[in-house]
Amino acid sequence: MAEYIIKNGFVFDPVLGINGDKTDVAIKDGKFVETTQLANPKTIDATGMTVMAGAVDIHAHVAGPKVNTGRNFRPEDKLFNCTPRRGVERMQGGFSVPTTFKTGYDYARMGYTTVMEAAMPPLYARHTHEEIRDTPIIDQAAFPVFGNNWFVLEYLKNNEIENTASYIAWLLRATKGYAVKVVNPGGTEAWGWGLNCENIHDPVPFFDITPAQIVKGLIEANEYLGLPHSMHVHANNLGNPGNYTTTLDTFKLSEGIKPRGGWGRDQVMHHTHVQFHSYGGDNWGNFESKSPEIMDYVNSHDNITIDIGQVTLDETTTMTADGPFEHHLTELNHLKWANTDVELETGSGVVPYVYSPTIKVCAIQWAIGLELGLLAKDPMRVFITTDHPNAGPFIRYPRVIKWLMSQQSREEMLNGFKHSEKVIDATHLMGIDRELSLYEIAQMTRAGTAKALGLGHMYGSLKPGLEADVAVYDFNPEQEHAPDDIEKAFGNARHLFKTGMQIINEGEIVSNGNKRTLWVNARVNENPQVMRDVKEKFLRYYTVTQNNYEVAGHHYVPNPYVIEVDATQ
Amino acid sequence: MTKTVTDVVCPFCGTLCDDLEVVVSDDGKQLLEVYNACAIGAEKFLHSQAEDRLTRPRLQQEDGSWKDVTYDEAIEYTAQMLASSTKPLMYGWSSTNCEAQGVGSEIGEITGAVMDNTATVCHGTSLIAVQDIGIPHCTLGEVKNRADRVVFWGCNPAHAHPRHMSRYSIFPRGFFTGKGHKGRKVIVIDPRKTDTANVADVHLQIEQGRDYELLDALRVAFKGLPLPDVVAGIPKEQIYEAAEVLKSGRFVIIFFGMGVTQSLGKNHNIDEAIAVTRDLNEYTKAAIMPMRGHYNVTGSGAVWGWQFGFPFAVDLSRGFARYNPGETTSNDLLRRGEVDSVFVLGSDPGAHFPFSSVKKISELPSVCIDPHQTPTTAVCKLHVPVAFVGVEIGGCAYRMDNVPIETRKVVEAPEGMMTDEEFLEKVLVRIKEIKGE
Ligand code: SF4
Ligand SMILES: [Zn+2]
Repeated sequence: MAEYIIKNGFVFDPVLGINGDKTDVAIKDGKFVETTQLANPKTIDATGMTVMAGAVDIHAHVAGPKVNTGRNFRPEDKLFNCTPRRGVERMQGGFSVPTTFKTGYDYARMGYTTVMEAAMPPLYARHTHEEIRDTPIIDQAAFPVFGNNWFVLEYLKNNEIENTASYIAWLLRATKGYAVKVVNPGGTEAWGWGLNCENIHDPVPFFDITPAQIVKGLIEANEYLGLPHSMHVHANNLGNPGNYTTTLDTFKLSEGIKPRGGWGRDQVMHHTHVQFHSYGGDNWGNFESKSPEIMDYVNSHDNITIDIGQVTLDETTTMTADGPFEHHLTELNHLKWANTDVELETGSGVVPYVYSPTIKVCAIQWAIGLELGLLAKDPMRVFITTDHPNAGPFIRYPRVIKWLMSQQSREEMLNGFKHSEKVIDATHLMGIDRELSLYEIAQMTRAGTAKALGLGHMYGSLKPGLEADVAVYDFNPEQEHAPDDIEKAFGNARHLFKTGMQIINEGEIVSNGNKRTLWVNARVNENPQVMRDVKEKFLRYYTVTQNNYEVAGHHYVPNPYVIEVDATQ
Repeated sequence: MTKTVTDVVCPFCGTLCDDLEVVVSDDGKQLLEVYNACAIGAEKFLHSQAEDRLTRPRLQQEDGSWKDVTYDEAIEYTAQMLASSTKPLMYGWSSTNCEAQGVGSEIGEITGAVMDNTATVCHGTSLIAVQDIGIPHCTLGEVKNRADRVVFWGCNPAHAHPRHMSRYSIFPRGFFTGKGHKGRKVIVIDPRKTDTANVADVHLQIEQGRDYELLDALRVAFKGLPLPDVVAGIPKEQIYEAAEVLKSGRFVIIFFGMGVTQSLGKNHNIDEAIAVTRDLNEYTKAAIMPMRGHYNVTGSGAVWGWQFGFPFAVDLSRGFARYNPGETTSNDLLRRGEVDSVFVLGSDPGAHFPFSSVKKISELPSVCIDPHQTPTTAVCKLHVPVAFVGVEIGGCAYRMDNVPIETRKVVEAPEGMMTDEEFLEKVLVRIKEIKGE
């Protein structure tokens, strides 16, 4: 494989503690190496440019059944944005729900090289993997959802952690999944009857268990196995005024639990898109930001990580396994509503949404996301996302970075809103003068996310031995710049390498790379009871046979990267 | 000695039963018996064993006779035809696996084809309605485990999806439906007294073509508002009663078929049926599902969805994907003479399209890939027989509720026969050469 040396750039690597120093980056055989190990490298001149490891997205909805529902039921999302086959690039299209090809290319253009699909319904795992396979360049993994799964509800009702863990291991293998995802615990099962669980003590109909028991039990099962990532939760009561108390109650379920497995992460709970969970008030009139309360808790508890779920003020497509929430949303905005309940496992809904800067609530949501990022004491535990496409499309990450880095750009927004004064009153953003540094941005998009995923040994840094994923941006931190220069630079990587292959050269995509699908193979002691339960549920309640459930490698995961976990001890 | 293969998936209808057992000869070359399948499913398997089956491509001569050609010649012919067309129609894709659909998409991309599937004459109207209003949907297991109100509207599963009622919708006992059939109320809405209507608790024998009115009347009845004495041939008392049956259920499922999608009103009927389902969610839990016909028509819509963003009628001829049913749908294109060649795989438009369209196909350069001899192969210039997907080669298929299932290979295809995917791969490579990619 070719050798490369990226010379003379301003390097930002929080893992190595490099903060804008001019350092050369060496690539050989797909990995970073010491510069002395290169024999005859090609030189990439990064003079006057910013160099960072490839970015790692911890939470996005980019592949699988609900994403595809979003595509197929929104032809309008492709108006004026379909592009032809060109060079190595396939045809592309879509704004908030881009086609798989566009997804891969757009991430690459932003310097992202690894993306987590945040919610995979197990019964639809094949579909999710088919889409991942057709997404070029980026490494990906998918999180199967567990928070409304009948096995989990029945085991955790009796606090059977070991059985839950065995089942998780079985399901990760069957679906080629990566982590334990929980969405509206118990609430989506309740939605099977048109009901919901509105707080962590609201019992799940017929199953005699509460969301609190589900979340705590899944954290414990996750740590029993010692999986690379922690339990990854979207709590109950998303999107409602006053929901920040439910969020704090959910956070507290992690107290006293320590990470296991030796993957280098410190958290036992990752709470996603916290912007949607940081609301005060008790109606849309007195709706307000509770980000300080939320961030006080996060800042003082090391075993939690969050991502922000930044609202980008676009027309987008919301989609979540939180079935009752999407129904609630369609009643609010009266736009089309798709829903799919999945036998024994989960559910989901999809509704288009227009986040308009002229609507007060949308502008407050916009401010809350940024507050979370700006109030973060430890950027290694607070990550940039838009919960793509829920709060906005991922292609807006460069804009989110601009807002976080520039007080001027934020204040222009705040002052420009139709309900400017009311928005400023209901939020805290106006008073915050913090401007995040490139070093902190690298923590929030690379070093921190890789660490939280248990992938610090592969991604997130330029350290020799790691996968050679690196982005070069046309941004000179030593020169005067306008806020928009930040957005432009982070949206148009000048060069990009993925596992040592050159993907972007001088701003042009030159290769479809060699994308891999990561999954976790957790080995556990034999558990005849769980295997009996699995067999019984397939015989009696599923509509596919057990033998037709497991996702085979060849077609669905043609280029796997398996992370082995030994939980037999 | 024989072998029994279990968990076999039936590649016939959208019910996609996956519990078949197939007995094959010890050498894996002959398929002897099929268990658990319905008659039409079993027939599909046994048909692959026909003695007179074609195993090599053949080219129609000027005088209408057929000449055997090699696969290599067939690949060259197909590649040349597609590469030299300005706007080929690539139609079908409903009876093949997702692997083949994916390769087909790339051929379509390079040659600027219009990609269309059988939804165009079937549930395309449903797909349009979903684009208007969305769809509250669920997997078939939700129906099995929860549904206590089951509606069949304009569909006759007793004939078209024979095992649907026993596996999912009427008879099975599930987690919350331990009483099975006894715990369910079944409503059939159909102008005919079908075999499905015979097992229903209520049969609303609607006047032909009046579906929209009756759906609308149900929405009025849910709200307890006044109705005319008779709507769509149904007395108002029956409509109020049906509305009450639905509202009082714990979980309502509405299945609908070609009787509503292709009758007067078309996509507007489905809009209204989905609106009925939305309304019911104010009172209880409700979902609605199209009874998709071909076993993997759903899969082709899924593959094109993630590759192009549209589920059918995808026009790639301008270099990027466009979708405009009525303009980019197969029959409209054929009748207006807007395509200059036709490629068919995994469907039989010769049997299902209007005569005027079939005539156009017969006048154009055309290739048909199909294991069977069909009305379509009879009018195409080149017929390429291939291995049966789901019998002689596996691959992914999407059930009517979008659940993807891996079909199985149970026997070997006759010596030297290609699969859809292999054939398309070779055509793709050749087209890339011709186009200098
Ligand atoms: S119902 Fe359909 S899928 Fe099932 S066996 Fe019959 S034809 Fe095959
Ligand atoms: Zn999400």
